[in-house]
Amino acid sequence: MITIEQMTKVYTMGEIEVHALRGVNLTIHSGEFIAIMGPSGSGKSTLMNMIGCLDTPTSGRYALDGIEVASLNDNDLSAVRARKLGFVFQQYMLLPRQSALSNVEMPMLYRGIASSERSRRARVALELVGMGNRIDHRPNELSGGQQQRVAIARALAGSPSVILADEPTGALDSTTSEEIMLMLRQLNREQNLTIIIVTHESDIAAYADRIVTIRDGVVTADRKNEVLHV
Amino acid sequence: MSNQPVRRVLEPVSDTGRNGLDYRELLKVSLDSLLANRLRTFLTMLGIIIGVASVVSLMTLGNGASEAITGQFSALGTNVLTIFNGRPNRGPGQSGNIAPLTMSDYKAIERIKLPIVGPVPQFSSNATIAAPAADKSSTVIGTTADYAKVQSVIMASGTFFTDANVQGASQVVVLGSSLKTYLFGSGEAVGETVRINSLACRVIGVMAAKGGGPFGSPDDQALVPITLAHTRLFAARTSDGNLRVNLISLSVIKADDIDFTQQRIQMTLRDLRKLNSDGSEDDFNVINQASFLSSLSTITTLLTTFLAAIAGISLLVGGIGIMNIMLVSVTERTKEIGLRRAVGAQSRDILLQFMIEAVVLSFLGGFIGVVFGSILPIVLTVSGTFNAPVTLNSVVISLSVSLATGLFFGIWPARNAANLNPIQALRHE
Repeated sequence: MITIEQMTKVYTMGEIEVHALRGVNLTIHSGEFIAIMGPSGSGKSTLMNMIGCLDTPTSGRYALDGIEVASLNDNDLSAVRARKLGFVFQQYMLLPRQSALSNVEMPMLYRGIASSERSRRARVALELVGMGNRIDHRPNELSGGQQQRVAIARALAGSPSVILADEPTGALDSTTSEEIMLMLRQLNREQNLTIIIVTHESDIAAYADRIVTIRDGVVTADRKNEVLHV
Repeated sequence: MSNQPVRRVLEPVSDTGRNGLDYRELLKVSLDSLLANRLRTFLTMLGIIIGVASVVSLMTLGNGASEAITGQFSALGTNVLTIFNGRPNRGPGQSGNIAPLTMSDYKAIERIKLPIVGPVPQFSSNATIAAPAADKSSTVIGTTADYAKVQSVIMASGTFFTDANVQGASQVVVLGSSLKTYLFGSGEAVGETVRINSLACRVIGVMAAKGGGPFGSPDDQALVPITLAHTRLFAARTSDGNLRVNLISLSVIKADDIDFTQQRIQMTLRDLRKLNSDGSEDDFNVINQASFLSSLSTITTLLTTFLAAIAGISLLVGGIGIMNIMLVSVTERTKEIGLRRAVGAQSRDILLQFMIEAVVLSFLGGFIGVVFGSILPIVLTVSGTFNAPVTLNSVVISLSVSLATGLFFGIWPARNAANLNPIQALRHE
């Protein structure tokens, strides 16, 4: 469960102050599949960094599963990211010369999970995304869609509270994009995973159950998605 | 499609609550990373390997060379005193009007009755030595039977000439080993006759090989009785009717006596040459082999320092190589650092991972460098060409410099990257 109240973020670039977030209010419940939409410069990336505990807000409140994130130091933020969040990036961000299995295991290293358990969970996660037969492949032996599946397995292997996907289909063709989005929706439905997609494309946002639109640092629309893409 | 969760395949995980890696995991992460990027690992180590190998081999060879040079000269005897013509501390051509060294100087020294072997006069000149098969222009030295004792001559075959040969001016000759090989090949020389400036002389002995000395290699020389050289071979008379010699050598029986002996000889010769009456400078030189060795050691130190300087330059170049690869690889890996930070690594985990990678690279590279650097010296030593044992000094110096460079340039950029905001690191291009 995510609670964001009156969140602001001001970046100082030289003498100029950039107000990236100007008082965002947002509540996301466990098990939701939500898309955050907005054009570039709207503040959606900043909001994603805040939700992902990669940065702290200038003012306002952010609670993730009851943890007040706004006041945490760097090491505590790392610990929260390790346990509560799973990231999916536009460019997959897999370690290039390591197998799918070690890529999926990697984040669990940083939270004290024993090696055998890491390996078991990584295998299960790769099965879930349909990559169970490619666990020893390296990223350069996989297609873009397959690499993104491995990245999704990496995000969900540690059972995080939230999976945060930043333009997850941005580097994929439309057929593969559809496969990935359908798979994310299936994971949301069947595994009860909370998934947040950040995108500027409305067709991608259309796979989510709820669409939040952000513009100029504030939430301008927050609606239930009536016309589900199937 | 059902909206009810079917089953959570991945139950929430129960972790230990510990943040960051333990040392065993860190070691595994670092080694995995080094093994996964073999080319990068190899290139990084290459700088260390080259730097360490060149320092070890050059310093070791330099050391071996100076010991070999010093050793050869020491083998000629450190108790030997040599008396020359000429004023001390002056170069040739400045001697002016000085009396040449003659047989009367030799006899004066012989009369002192010092605890010495010798003295031995030498009178030498170049002459053509003709054997039936070959002939060669060589140094022919006229000397006495004691030469064999003072110069520790070892005979390969035959005998050295005797006092009787010297008194009788016998037409006999003793050949150096290289000269014998040149004239007679591998055949027998003792008993054969050679012509020295067309004077027939019988070969009565061949000396064993000795190696180079300060006054030309004895292996290339021929020895004859000094009386023969004076009367039949070369022009030897001075204007006052004395017989000229080039040098007089002797060896003291106890090394401690050398300074005392040197002073006695100096005084005797000054008296004989009437230098004391007008307080003139010496017009002869008494050279102590030990002092010659000490000036030689200045030369060999120079040689070692020179090689060490070359090695130091290679180490510097190697260090710059390490620095470049490390800087480039950390810059390349900033995205990896960003990813690891995003998924929960603490900056300490990143720093330790890079530190372990740098330590492993530097130690492994250093070790390989020592092995490669030792190959040439060991091959030369084992094959007997050259005795150059690998020195601890060279290993310690080269290892510590490359380890320091490797660690510094491995850790410093990684520390900067670990302290970056994960978002900036992830977006790094």
